[in-house]
Formats: sequence, C-alpha cells, structure tokens
Amino acid sequence: MAAIGVIDYGMGNLHSLGKALERVSGAGRVIISYDPDELLKCDRLVLPGVGGVRECMKELERLELNELVAEAARTKPLLGICLGMQVMLEWSDENGGVPALGLFPGRVSRFPDPPEDGSPNRLKVPHMGWNRVRQTRPHPLWEGIPDDAWFYFVHSYHAVPANPEHVIGSTDYGQTFASALARDNIAAFQFHPEKSQNHGMLLLANFTQWDPS
Amino acid sequence: MLAKRIIPCLDIDRGRVVKGIKFEDVQDAGDPVEVARKYDAQGADELVFLDITASVDDRPTLFQTVEAVARQIYIPLTVGGGVRNCADVRALLSAGADKVSINTSAVENPDFVSEAGARYGVQCIVVAIDAKRVNKKKEPVRWEVFTHGGRKSTGLDAIEWARLIVQKGAGELLVTSIDRDGTKGGYDNELLHAISDAVSVPVIASGGVGTLEHLYDGFHDGGVDAVLAASIFHQGTYSVGEAKQYLSNRGVLVRS
Repeated sequence: MAAIGVIDYGMGNLHSLGKALERVSGAGRVIISYDPDELLKCDRLVLPGVGGVRECMKELERLELNELVAEAARTKPLLGICLGMQVMLEWSDENGGVPALGLFPGRVSRFPDPPEDGSPNRLKVPHMGWNRVRQTRPHPLWEGIPDDAWFYFVHSYHAVPANPEHVIGSTDYGQTFASALARDNIAAFQFHPEKSQNHGMLLLANFTQWDPS
Repeated sequence: MLAKRIIPCLDIDRGRVVKGIKFEDVQDAGDPVEVARKYDAQGADELVFLDITASVDDRPTLFQTVEAVARQIYIPLTVGGGVRNCADVRALLSAGADKVSINTSAVENPDFVSEAGARYGVQCIVVAIDAKRVNKKKEPVRWEVFTHGGRKSTGLDAIEWARLIVQKGAGELLVTSIDRDGTKGGYDNELLHAISDAVSVPVIASGGVGTLEHLYDGFHDGGVDAVLAASIFHQGTYSVGEAKQYLSNRGVLVRS
C-alpha cells in the first residue's frame, strides 16, 4: 500500500503535518518515524523541521537520516518544508554558518533586522503570517492552486538558490525571495502547507499524487 | 507582501467556549470545534485559545479540546493559560497547538522563555503582556506589567519588559491593555506603538475592541502586525469576513 513517510528527527511539532497528510492521502498510510529502514520503504518522503539548522543537521547525521534523504533525493518524491527546505541548500548562514545537504546549489541567508528607529513600514523578523506565493514556473504541485495564493510563513532565514531554474515560487518581503523550489523529484516550500488552509491541503494532496518519473 | 492578521480569541473553560466580561458573568458560547470551524470558514488567519479553567485537574480536557480542533482546522492555533514549564509547552504542542502563549510564568522566570524557545523554536513561543497605565496625571505616560488576570502588579516597566523578553527568546508578543480590556473603547494604541517600536518581533494587539474602526486603529495608530478580538466576533456583531472587508476598503492588506 502507498505510504508517505514523515522524517521525525525530533525538531518540532509534526502533529499538524501528520494530520494534514492523513486527511489528503486517502487510503495511503502516513508514517512518522526516525527509523531509516522504515522510512526507506515509503513511496514518498517529507522532511519537515523547525528550529535551528545546526541542531537539525546534527540530528539528521546522528540518526543516519542524511543518507536516507540523499537516497530519497535520487529515487522518490521528496518534499522539504520550512527548515526542511533550508537544509536542502548547500550552506546556511544560521548559527554561525553550517554546511547542509546540498540537494539544491545555493545558500540560506537571514532577513535584515529591522532598524530600531520605529519607522512605520519596517519589516519585522521573523517573517510571520500569511503572504502570497507567485508561481514563477509551472509545476504539478501547483495544480488547482491560483497564482498569488496565500500561504502561512514563519521564518527568519530564506533560501538563496544558485540556479534560478529551481525556483518555482517567490514571495515579497522587503525583497523577493524563493519560497518554493523544485527539480526532478524534489520539491521544497518555505511556507507551511499544513497550516495554510485549503490551498495548503491541495498542495499536500498534489504531493501525494505527484509522479515525477 | 505580508498580510495583517485577524485573530479571534476563544476563552475555554473545561472544554467549552465561554464568554464574559473580565471573567464575570461567564456564559457558555459553544463547542470549541464548532466555533473554531466557523471562524476558519469566515477567514480567520489564526486562532487563540485561552484556557481559563481554574482547576489543574481539568488540564486533560484542554488537551482533548486542542487535539479535536487541530484535527479539523488547518490554520495556526495558539494556546495559552497556565503554561508553567517546558512539559506544559511540549504537551500543548503535541496535542496540536502551533504556538503557546506564556504570561505569568515568563515574569516569574524569564529563563523559562529562553529554554522553551531554544527547545521548541522561538516561532512557537508567544509571550503575553498585560499592561496598565500607572503614571499620575501630568506625568509622562508609563505602563507596568501585571499578572494573574491584571490583579498583581510586578513593578516591571512594560516597554523594558517587552525588550527583555524578546532578547530572551519570545517569537511574538500578545499585548493586552488592562485599562481597555472589556471596555469596547478601542486598543491602547499608544502602548502598542511603544512596544511595537521597541521590538523586532511581531506584536498582536488585544483588549478593548468594540468596532471595526478599532481594528483599523490598531494597525494604523498602534503599528501592530495582528489584531485579536473576542466579543465583537462571539456576539455576532461582526464576522471575521466583514472585518476583513472593512480593513481592505481602508487600505489594509488582509488575506482574502
């Protein structure tokens, strides 16, 4: 039976993601696990994550999940969400600089801190709340989702991919940043589809159906 | 660009939504799942649950409520009330809360906020600040932090406290004016503006909404990122959709 594995490496709350995937996956099973053997049997994998990138990379390595992710990146649909997206780049500036998985060339940088002058339109960090995602490239995961749809974001760092062809969605927050990446069988979102109401559910449903082969 | 957020707040007592003015005249206002679903359908950007259950023995009821709501509502859910330690934070997050709101315990032990932020990520740690004007007439305006539902003075200056607790690891601040709470006279926008200027994280306005114009004023005069309201939505005076339409007409960017 088709199964979606959610990689649980102890970073953050997987409850809402698990529930959302169960809701959209129909008869498919959702397995939340840190066991590489169990996850390897799944047809598709989700790499979630909140928190700091150093801790995240440390836990992925300790649990030998970085090899699993690398394997999945070659063979099956793989979705990164939030920090799970950021660790897919080569390097993050967070925590003093941390090398990451390198599934997409490029780095992760911090939004500039707002000036402390009380200027009216200064941008707060973290970027928290609902913002629009412009679909810069067509992709099967966008199926049925209108361009410029609203999604829920919570983050202080953002991806700066080296290859513009990997950007399938972008968002404006003082600057335009890459909020969705994809290549081959890998996709990654900075926002949280599991907290983004109907469009988020549709996106996850599209992932459960995605056949990149 | 980032939309301004509209957040209905639900007071929860032993698994039911209740409404009342300053904890008096508390009335049953329904099943949390039903109420949450209604606000979700109206376009609420997030929901806040404040547990006002007096007895700690009833805590499991809160977890069941959070779990039931989280199973059906796919917008961010913040839960506050009686969050005392990391075990409480963890229990709420695993029940399905996306953020927890910490109030009294942050004042008693600011390092708890650092610990919770480091362990679960600062994005899920909201610190609630209940502030009250304490300056005498003709003195410069000054606000102090109060705890225990506004009954206990802490001696802390609200602006200084906001700055400190953000350094400690608060990812967001929920600022309630005790002077305005329950009055329907509008937010204390001077307070909101002072705090919003002092910190780099998002600020949610609370306390005193009676009209849609008050929501607008919170954004425009208070400079906040989100507005929280209870009674205007619960009493059916306005729907969240009407609030958004009004704000949008006045040039505030809201999620449509």
